[in-house]
Amino acid sequence: MTMNIQSIRVGVSSCGLAAGAADVMTKLSEKCSAPVMGVGCIGHCYAEPLVEVVTDEGSVMFGNVSAADKDIDAVLSLAEDRRFHMGRPRTGKLTRLIGRFEPTDIDAYEQHGGFTGLQKALAMDRHAVVEQVKASGLRGRGGGGFPTGVKWGLLAAQTAPSKVLICNADEGDPGAFMDRSLMESLPYQVLEGMFIAAHATGARRVFIYCRAEYPVAIRNLKVAIARIRERGFNVINGDELEVVIKEGAGAFVCGEETALIHSLEGKRGMPRFRPPFPTESGYFGEPSMISNVETFANIPLILQEGAQAFAAVGTPGGRGTKLFALAGDVPRPGLIEVPMGITLAEIIYDIGGAPKGSVKAVQTGGPSGGCIPASMFDTPVDYDSLISLGAIMGSGGLIVIGQNRCMVETARYFLDFTHRESCGKCTFCRVGSKRMFEALERITRGLGSETDVTFLEDMATKVINGSLCGLGRTAPNPVLATLRFFRDEFTAHVVHRQCPALECAALVDVSINKVTCTECGLCIKNCAVDAISADYIVDNRICTRCNSCIEACPVDAVSRIPGGTGFHSAKEVG
Amino acid sequence: MTYSCLNHVEPERRNLIKGLQVIQETEGYLSEDALLACSAYFGVPPAEVEGVVSFYAQFKRVKPGRFRVSVCDGTACHIKGSALVGDWISTELGIRDGETDEKGLFSLETVACLGCCSLAPVIAVNGEVSGNLDRRQSLKIIKKYRRQG
Repeated sequence: MTMNIQSIRVGVSSCGLAAGAADVMTKLSEKCSAPVMGVGCIGHCYAEPLVEVVTDEGSVMFGNVSAADKDIDAVLSLAEDRRFHMGRPRTGKLTRLIGRFEPTDIDAYEQHGGFTGLQKALAMDRHAVVEQVKASGLRGRGGGGFPTGVKWGLLAAQTAPSKVLICNADEGDPGAFMDRSLMESLPYQVLEGMFIAAHATGARRVFIYCRAEYPVAIRNLKVAIARIRERGFNVINGDELEVVIKEGAGAFVCGEETALIHSLEGKRGMPRFRPPFPTESGYFGEPSMISNVETFANIPLILQEGAQAFAAVGTPGGRGTKLFALAGDVPRPGLIEVPMGITLAEIIYDIGGAPKGSVKAVQTGGPSGGCIPASMFDTPVDYDSLISLGAIMGSGGLIVIGQNRCMVETARYFLDFTHRESCGKCTFCRVGSKRMFEALERITRGLGSETDVTFLEDMATKVINGSLCGLGRTAPNPVLATLRFFRDEFTAHVVHRQCPALECAALVDVSINKVTCTECGLCIKNCAVDAISADYIVDNRICTRCNSCIEACPVDAVSRIPGGTGFHSAKEVG
Repeated sequence: MTYSCLNHVEPERRNLIKGLQVIQETEGYLSEDALLACSAYFGVPPAEVEGVVSFYAQFKRVKPGRFRVSVCDGTACHIKGSALVGDWISTELGIRDGETDEKGLFSLETVACLGCCSLAPVIAVNGEVSGNLDRRQSLKIIKKYRRQG
């Protein structure tokens, strides 16, 4: 069987590059005469670097390709045994162009139907465009779920001479990377959506507020903007659009729209009271509209295919498809696109490949959301059904939590994050979230009491009611959700002084099973604090629970067991 | 002290954050001088400049080492044991989060999320990301940079 190689595509978004895709690309171009392209995020991040070989008989995928000659030769000879057979592919139209061409190749984007949505929109009356977006049922993808068309209508109705459009690309939720992937892989589609919005709303200044931690995304957007300018696609009804990329400086609260505007103005990113809403008075008092990257990326699809076709996918509460960043304890993490209304079970078991029974819960919406236990995985994913469970859709981070993770520790982690990220304006958020964090610290360190648990419930309500913006109003959600579904784990910590998942270092000991131990000495060699004696007994007063011995043991004879008396952590309780 | 890198930034208040970012990019951190220079250049009181600098996580007031080690503690990395990764590297380097070692070779910081969640746990050294780390891998990376130093 001989197949001719026409071209080779290598995934070179941040994940791919981190896994070594750049070297793979260089090696492939040295050894192969066919063109080698660096394309966007192919989605199967667990198998990076990914290489797709396009032949005259269809394309063949390879995963986990290293720059070693053995791997490169296997790819070029299309070795049967090294081929990568994808599980369920990404479904849906939002990401259909990812991986087909180099992300900044404007000709290829046009050949694949790019900018036709913009041309259609420009041929329409701008109010008709707003109606079209309203009819599509698209809701904001940043987490709030506000109907996009309604927001557009609010800005379009403003009569001020200068209006501002802001793309929120701050993606501060730790554990989410949908927006990064879109900007890296489909910069033109995001920009096209923004230009359509500019036409429909009459805005003539455009800002993209992007995290400074996303250098590849910023680079691709800058190249894309320059090429668009050369082609004149940024001229909307005779006016030239000014597109400015602003790099955020690292503050989670800047995802809140009024805080984001303050940051754009060069100030501390503190939220303010609304009204006036940004669509009335935003960036330096000008009417401004803020939407998320994924929201903008959906717009060209609505114009290309019509509102009806877009709304045909999804549920009444959420139309279209949604991107999720699937990560955590799951064999096949990655960037997935699924129709709204799909169940969590389908995402986690079918797409993510998690074995049934291995998963304890899933966290949606990051630090503002909540956990959903595995027993409720038949819940359809849309804005309203998740809220009814005390979680939120959020921007699309899905963190799978395995059976071996402690839920109390997970809640502590989120409060650690939010109490640091509180801007300090509202007392309940500033002090209350810190007190909640301290209570959770005590519990995970085995020093908690039932009073701490009662305190958490009481303070959670107060922080929610006493805070101005979304950060404070949602910060207690992870604690409340955990208390609702995993109260027994709290009880185990405070009453029985045990961590059922054996994760909390202060509540476990390390022990070597004398029966299975082969006395190979690897654990002794790997211990950084000399806590294991020559006759293979762990001194748990010295041991730091670093897991090095457990990782080193070839026969799994070393394990964590309930205990923890005598554990002294080097870190102080906050 | 003058900062020529500010020349590309228009002296308007809204560009204060950009100005600070540009200086930090060239100098590696923001010194007292840098803050005063920004105050004069953008016409913003020093206290307000300090307020902006202390608000954002990106801005560093301590001179970083030649190799900046960022340990990701995003949700996915945390679930996959980033606390252990942080401890291993901290022990190996003998410095804690936010510190720079005596030779000025390494500095260590914990960051919120590097966006490479499917490779968790990850670290970045001077922006170069490595993923799927265990103890041996983590220490190998540190040793690689130590040899370069």
